[in-house]
Amino acid sequence: MSDLTVGQELITGKVTLTRFSLVRYAGASGDFNPIHYRDDVAKSVGLPGVLAHGMLTMGLAVQPVIDWMDGRGEVVEYGVRFTRPVVVDGNGGITVSVSAKVGAIEDDVTRIDLTVSAANQTVLGKSQVRVKLNK
Amino acid sequence: MNPELEGRVFPPTTPYLVGREKVREFARAVFAQSPLNHDAEAAKAAGYADVVAPPTFAVVIQEAGLALLLAAPDTGIDFSRIVHGEQKFRYTRPIVAGDELTAILTVTSIKSLGGNDMITAETAISDADGNHVVTATSVLVMRGTE
Repeated sequence: MSDLTVGQELITGKVTLTRFSLVRYAGASGDFNPIHYRDDVAKSVGLPGVLAHGMLTMGLAVQPVIDWMDGRGEVVEYGVRFTRPVVVDGNGGITVSVSAKVGAIEDDVTRIDLTVSAANQTVLGKSQVRVKLNK
Repeated sequence: MNPELEGRVFPPTTPYLVGREKVREFARAVFAQSPLNHDAEAAKAAGYADVVAPPTFAVVIQEAGLALLLAAPDTGIDFSRIVHGEQKFRYTRPIVAGDELTAILTVTSIKSLGGNDMITAETAISDADGNHVVTATSVLVMRGTE
């Protein structure tokens, strides 16, 4: 792990989100805002459809990094901007893709930059994970 | 939005006891597959007291702090116009099952930008010994009424 280089691609990941995923995340997180499971409510506030919780997208996007570390380090910082909503179709759902590459190496901290997209559009901005890797 | 909110520190939230099954439930919900999130024995073998929560689990504790902010009578916040703009977590150590966590929310900034109001809330989360675990920072955007 010590021979990482800036720009190096580390891992990719893919998750299909369905309405089931949203209801499960609502229960696990306690965020029961109905725009995440009711079409009528989403429409009534002018949304294009039922949206994934931003925190669900953020939560799943970091998982490829956790898998890549495989217990050999810890996340010390993780931040994102929610730039575009993820609309979850009632039938097919939507696939969220993640790619992680080395953004910077800062002493004992490695910054990993995530590209997170759905339906060919980036949905999170400035998505950066700082990890401390075991020596 | 009330500009005098900037700098306001809210009282500590009621301590939240992190349960092992809650960590597992949250881990499943964010598609986390690491044995450290699910298997107490694997977590102990890796030096943790119990199963390790995924990095975004701190949002559950942050929520209790945000509830205090949103319930305050003088904020001028209309929850129906609030959008989550940004989120960040800065960890001193991971959250593990068995932690008893308390959150203290501070409003660090209020800004107006292009007809929208932006509020930055920083929630410092500490364990039962008073040691820092994680700080969760949220930027909430209140859309203009036009």
